[in-house]
Formats: sequence, C-alpha cells, structure tokens
Amino acid sequence: MEINIQKEEKALIVSVSGRMDAVTAPEFERELVDCMNEGEANFIIDLGQLDYISSAGLRSMLITAKRLKAMDGQILLSSLRDTVKEIFEISGFSSIIPTYESVENALSQI
Amino acid sequence: MKLPARLEYLERFIKFVSTFLRHRGLTQRRVGDIELATEEALVNIFEYAYPKGVGDVEVSCRQDSDTELVLEISDNGIPFDALSLPDPDLTPDISDRKIGGLGILLIQKMVDEVRYRRDGERNILTFIIHKT
Repeated sequence: MEINIQKEEKALIVSVSGRMDAVTAPEFERELVDCMNEGEANFIIDLGQLDYISSAGLRSMLITAKRLKAMDGQILLSSLRDTVKEIFEISGFSSIIPTYESVENALSQI
Repeated sequence: MKLPARLEYLERFIKFVSTFLRHRGLTQRRVGDIELATEEALVNIFEYAYPKGVGDVEVSCRQDSDTELVLEISDNGIPFDALSLPDPDLTPDISDRKIGGLGILLIQKMVDEVRYRRDGERNILTFIIHKT
C-alpha cells in the first residue's frame, strides 16, 4: 500500500494505492490521525488505485469517519474500482460514507 | 502450508492461496475474492484462536473435481464457529455503527460454500469454490 497526500484549499486529498489489508490498514489510520492532529478535518480519500480492501481496511475507514464526525469534519471517498466498490456495498458502507465518481466531484461537495 | 498464527505470515498464506487459484485458471477478480475470504478467516484465527499463547494455522488447497476447488483453513485453538454468529447490523449511521463483525459476512459473500467443523482438537473452515 502506498499513501500520497496532497493539500487543496478545501480538503486534504489522500490517494491510496495497492492493498489495504490487516497489515497495512493501521498505517492508513495512523497517517490520517496525524493529519487530524495537525488540524485537518476534511478528507477526500482517492481510491482510484486501490486494488483490494478487507474488513481491516473498512474498520480503519469507519474509525476515521467516527473521529471526523465527532470533530465536525468529513470524509468523502472517490473513484472506487469495481472490486472495492463491491466490498463497500456488501458491508453497507456505501450508505454511510459518501462516495463520488471523481476527486473533482467530491471536492465540489465540500 | 503450516505457519504460526501471526499477522506477519498473512502475506505468505495469501500468496500460497492465490498462486494455487491462478494455476487452476480462476480470473484475477475471483482470485481477489478468495484472497479476501482467506484473509478474513486467518485474521480471525490470529486474533481469537489462541488467547493463551501461540499456535499454528494450516492452509491446504486441493482440486476435488473438474469444477470444484477446496480450501481448508485449520487451527488447534479454542472451538470457534464463526458461521454461527449473527449477521452484523448494517443499518446504523457512522456514529452508531459497530466496529467489526464484517469478516464473516465477506467470507459468505465471496465463497460459493463455507462449512465449519470441529474435528477433535481442530477447527476446520472449508471453502468450496466453483471454477465456473
């Protein structure tokens, strides 16, 4: 898994590529917590290059979303590939974390 | 393949399973689905099977017929039938949504047939995968 972070005026764009599994998900969570501690509250997670996500990855997403909600921030997802989208649908996450076709679409919602 | 029930061995188990499935002609999409189910089963074992110490997990793969592949994941840990757990509630919003409990649901969605049995001192989880 690789994480790239880009700061835009309205949000932090976090691009995740590769595999988010039980080994790598905690790294994603830590990275986002670090950004929150620096005062960031609006996140767009670009999953366009993410090949695989397991329940450990979903867990990290949910923990992050809960934290952000408590501090009036938000987390939006963008560009999910079919395999990853399927996991979000099965787990019911599609209905609790807003998902957009592109980073641009997500940005326009903030 | 038999290795200690620890997260650091996850990748080796997953590679073992995906290599087997690819050689049997499954598409990358299906291989990914089974990798996911395998990870969920293994992580459950890593976390819960051996509360008092360490033990092993064994993963074996075989082809039962032209159309059927079988994966067996077994451990010597405490008796645990994950399939008997109630389905997680997927309806609450972010604040009320419970963390966890999705692994078994994902296994059931990704694998054609899942069975659990306790055989002596072993938990055995069997995945039946239809090749077509």
